[in-house]
Amino acid sequence: MPYTTEKYEGMIAETMTIQGHKRDTIHAYIARPLGLGPFPGLALVTHGLGWTEWYKEFARKFAHHGYVAILPDILCRVGHGTPEDVLAKSRAEGGLPDDQVVGDMAAAGTYLRSLPYLNGKVGILGSCSGGRHTYLTACRTQGVFDAAVDCWGGSVVQSRERLTPAQPVSPVEYTKDLSCPLLGLFGEDDQNPAPAQVAIHEQELKKYNKQYEFYSYKGAGHGFFYYHLPMYRHEQAMDAWKKLWAFLEKHLDAPKYA
Amino acid sequence: MCTNIVETAPIAGWGKGADGWFELRLVSVSFDHPMHAPLEHAINIDFTNVAKGLSARVAVELTPDAAKELIRVIQATLERGNAEGVTA
Repeated sequence: MPYTTEKYEGMIAETMTIQGHKRDTIHAYIARPLGLGPFPGLALVTHGLGWTEWYKEFARKFAHHGYVAILPDILCRVGHGTPEDVLAKSRAEGGLPDDQVVGDMAAAGTYLRSLPYLNGKVGILGSCSGGRHTYLTACRTQGVFDAAVDCWGGSVVQSRERLTPAQPVSPVEYTKDLSCPLLGLFGEDDQNPAPAQVAIHEQELKKYNKQYEFYSYKGAGHGFFYYHLPMYRHEQAMDAWKKLWAFLEKHLDAPKYA
Repeated sequence: MCTNIVETAPIAGWGKGADGWFELRLVSVSFDHPMHAPLEHAINIDFTNVAKGLSARVAVELTPDAAKELIRVIQATLERGNAEGVTA
């Protein structure tokens, strides 16, 4: 039912801890509507700029729309400081290991499933490097996620030159194991993923008969949702949000977006 | 990190951060999303000393052309100094 102004609404959003990869205790930001639910769950994978204010606001947006959103601090083991300082250290160390991020996100999904107010459905969504991690996690876990959203994930089709000890396998190699329907949102002017990489990814999805929807927007590049940055594209972002809500409603039994 | 394009090296020097001067131990150069510059990708240079905490950091985010200019002027300065016998 669409929201109308006479209705009560409220949410709780706070930092808590979960047991992540290898049962390490890591921070997570969780935002959910007040009430008994049942609510769909959504695990968010932070973008390449770290555990930022923007991403926490993103989590609250989903809570506003009726989701239990969890945003693990996948950089928690790097140390603590301003998000910029933490990211600088992580970059200097060669970035986060894929195995660790997949472990953290799988743990976040499992945590959501344990909540008494969940509707039994859990999605995973990330942008930029978080889009790549979303795809990896959706491929390398089974039975945890019911839907995945890759927002302009760079290096899903990862060239040999860009493989590192922390990221030893191109995510597209795991496509046959993709465990849930996938939504991809891309900008045609993006350098990473470039349209040619998105096309290769799509070919692989077709090859393995995977359920997916890809939308590539003209006049948009990387990060076109980020309204605080010059890359924001209003028209494309608004249409992509509609596609996103429709996808989540379909696969997570989510409340209809108004 | 999105592009995975990063190079690091141990470094000796001093930098001025939010809490004053501190000894530098590492330089990290990435060609990736900047944290502040209004660019999709920038040459991000961080001079750090993690032994003094994560905030012991001097950061710049340059356009690729600016980074080339920085290389050029540092090289030119070193060459002039060497030619004139200047040492540390």
